[in-house]
Amino acid sequence: MTDLAEAPLDSRPPEPEQTPRALSPVELARWAWRQLTSMRTALMLLMLLGLAVIPGSMVPQTRVDPNAVANWQLLHPDLTPLFKRIGLFQVYGTPWFSAVYILLMVSLIGCILPRTRVYWRAALAAPPKAPKNLARLPASLTSTLDVEAADLASRARAQLIRQRFRTRVEEDSDGTIVVSAQRGYLREAGNLIFHISVALVLVAFAVGNLFGFRGGAIVVDGQTFTNDVQSYDDFAPGTLFRDSQLEPFSFTLKDFSVKFLTSGPAMGQASSFTGNLAYKADPKASERDATIQVNHPLAIGNTNVFLIGNGYAPVVTVRGGDGEVVYSGPTVFLPENASYASVGVIKAPDAKPTQLGFEGEFLPTYATGQDGQPVSAFPDLAAPALSLTAYSGDLGLGSGVPQSVYSLNKSKLTPFTDASGKPVTLTIGLGQTKKLPNGAGSITFDSVKRYARLQISSTPGEPLALGSVILGLLGLVGSLYIRPRRIWLRIRRTSTGSQVELAGLDRREGRDLNHDLTKFLDTLTKATR
Amino acid sequence: MTRLQLAQFSNQAIMFAAIVYALAMLAHIVEWAATRSTAPGRILVGPDGAELPSAGSDLGGAERPYRVDLWGRYGIALTMVGLLLNAAGVLARGLAADRVPWGNMYEFTITGCVATVLTYLIMLRFQPIRWLGLPVTALVVVLLMLAVLLLDVPAAPLVPALHSYWLYIHVTAAMLATGSFTVGALASVLFLVRNRAERRGTAGTGISARLPEADVIDTFAYRVHAFGFPVWTFAALIAGPIWARYAWGRYWGWDPKEVWAFVTWVAYAAYLHARATAGWRGKGAAILALVGFAALLYNFVGINLWGGGLHSYAGK
Repeated sequence: MTDLAEAPLDSRPPEPEQTPRALSPVELARWAWRQLTSMRTALMLLMLLGLAVIPGSMVPQTRVDPNAVANWQLLHPDLTPLFKRIGLFQVYGTPWFSAVYILLMVSLIGCILPRTRVYWRAALAAPPKAPKNLARLPASLTSTLDVEAADLASRARAQLIRQRFRTRVEEDSDGTIVVSAQRGYLREAGNLIFHISVALVLVAFAVGNLFGFRGGAIVVDGQTFTNDVQSYDDFAPGTLFRDSQLEPFSFTLKDFSVKFLTSGPAMGQASSFTGNLAYKADPKASERDATIQVNHPLAIGNTNVFLIGNGYAPVVTVRGGDGEVVYSGPTVFLPENASYASVGVIKAPDAKPTQLGFEGEFLPTYATGQDGQPVSAFPDLAAPALSLTAYSGDLGLGSGVPQSVYSLNKSKLTPFTDASGKPVTLTIGLGQTKKLPNGAGSITFDSVKRYARLQISSTPGEPLALGSVILGLLGLVGSLYIRPRRIWLRIRRTSTGSQVELAGLDRREGRDLNHDLTKFLDTLTKATR
Repeated sequence: MTRLQLAQFSNQAIMFAAIVYALAMLAHIVEWAATRSTAPGRILVGPDGAELPSAGSDLGGAERPYRVDLWGRYGIALTMVGLLLNAAGVLARGLAADRVPWGNMYEFTITGCVATVLTYLIMLRFQPIRWLGLPVTALVVVLLMLAVLLLDVPAAPLVPALHSYWLYIHVTAAMLATGSFTVGALASVLFLVRNRAERRGTAGTGISARLPEADVIDTFAYRVHAFGFPVWTFAALIAGPIWARYAWGRYWGWDPKEVWAFVTWVAYAAYLHARATAGWRGKGAAILALVGFAALLYNFVGINLWGGGLHSYAGK
């Protein structure tokens, strides 16, 4: 096992020499078990785990950022199949990662158990007997005192007990008294607690991943979210999570506000996001109000609602060539940069004579960039405008293949063009209506709403993980700073009093043992005068 | 003082801190140069044939010529002044921005220098580790120059994700651990230098003559790391996850920063184990400590600049 300090003083007897012959399955299993639970293997597995997590920071991860994964795959079409096969887009769920993780855990448990038994016995045992020759120990002193041996022994013992040593006093056949003392038993306890905690943290982490879920949802100002799987934009349940376990709450985003800095070097940076919610813990419960902010999630039962992002949803109305309203409502646009220039699409499949699609940007503060392209000058709504390219034709929704609401399938769409044949870009200010060429219809930019991007998740095992990791830290501190020490006194009777031999042994190098022994002897001498 | 004045004062304090650290470094260079090396086997013999204590060798030694010692003391005094200026710069920066001065890489670097020098000076109070004077001052001079030249950005408020008292707890602990890991890494490098020289029998010459015995360095390195490791455990595996849970809705999500914090933790855990494992003790362990430090540095520089992820606001 992973001993943060060193092997116990009383080291195990050496393993008998292995004779080179075939091993029976039982022997092989035993050999494998012993290898797996050896400290060297545990150390190797720990380092292997350290290496195994690295690819996940180099290659985008599906669970961390699915969009980044998609982009990466577009840029590296040749590497993608290989990376997919070895699971590099979800490193932390691959069999090889789990293998290292589980082996380390087994290795840990495999050495915690025997070590606990050994420790249990050692913790109950009296201090070890004195070595024959105390002068051979790293630190030793001798002195002659004119105090009777038995008296000296009892004083020495009292002094050791005051210094929190566990003691034992024995008298040899020749009348020599030996005081053995040891302290620092808790070091190994700390060490064991630390390693048990590491195993518990691994368990808690696994529980959270197996029985929890994590989902993302975008909720526009004024909309109501009901907690069922269909309401989520993305939903990642743990392997053992059942959809029926979702708690039946619902909430309405009554108001979502964002404040931006309007001056200073970081002008345009957001200074606060606040969402006001009204929620019901279940359909029959009464409605309650709550606010949600970054760093301040809302807990409903065992589920937590976190605010992790926000953006704009322009409200648009699309009319077909016959003047019929074919699309109306807030449309979520995804922010692209810090000034909230956002991209999105609008699909109007019911438009006549042809289906209509729009793709482009929403700019909260419309301005023209140096290259003549529209940009957003500020993230707040100073001069909101839509800059869209309009298409007509077949949106491809009837094919049965699910489509992203954030992209247009343009294979059967053609852009509206101007007289010179260039695609028309419609710039629509707030409240404006723009007509499409050839009487194909019109689009109106009615208003803007904000939306909150929420993460809704439940992670069982959180208290266990936190408790274990705190316990582990306490154990670690104990195992690093508690300094086991052994001290022996051999007291011989002489004609004038007694001769004392004092020696000590530290489990840690580099302590001032000599100094401490001298001090101990001084105190003892003074006390006997 | 107004915000602007405070910000200017901060910049000047950091500049002067770098200059004073550089002077401290010069004093330590004089000290090293004046410490004569003693080739092994060359024993000074007095007129009566008795061995004399070898002059020089080992900056921690007590029997050093007065003037050499004096230069070392100048170095330490200047380091203390540099630390005060450095800390004043950090404080003024925080007042200028009306928040804790831990919002970007420039601020992390200048605070990291405070943590490193502070660790060194506190350890110096209890142990004769003046041999670290030159490496520590040289390092902070380089770091402060890099910070001023490459990383400086105007002081500004924090993004909402950082509005949490966990910022104080998490980042303070991470900084403290970084300071001791930095001192530990310097000690581990010096251990490797001295250890190699001892094995080759050239410990009496060159740099290694200015260093204490390899065992002494190793013990010191262990103590600094043994302090840094629990603090790092707290910063990266307790305070970080608690904050992440409130800010991002999960306590551990393998964000690149988290991955490298974990790699750092594993490397230092392996170091502490390796010191107790036959075959790894000494050189192997020291290399593991340096691997840990490399991971720490990569997490700070690499992930901030090229890594992206949720911690990306820590970048420039």
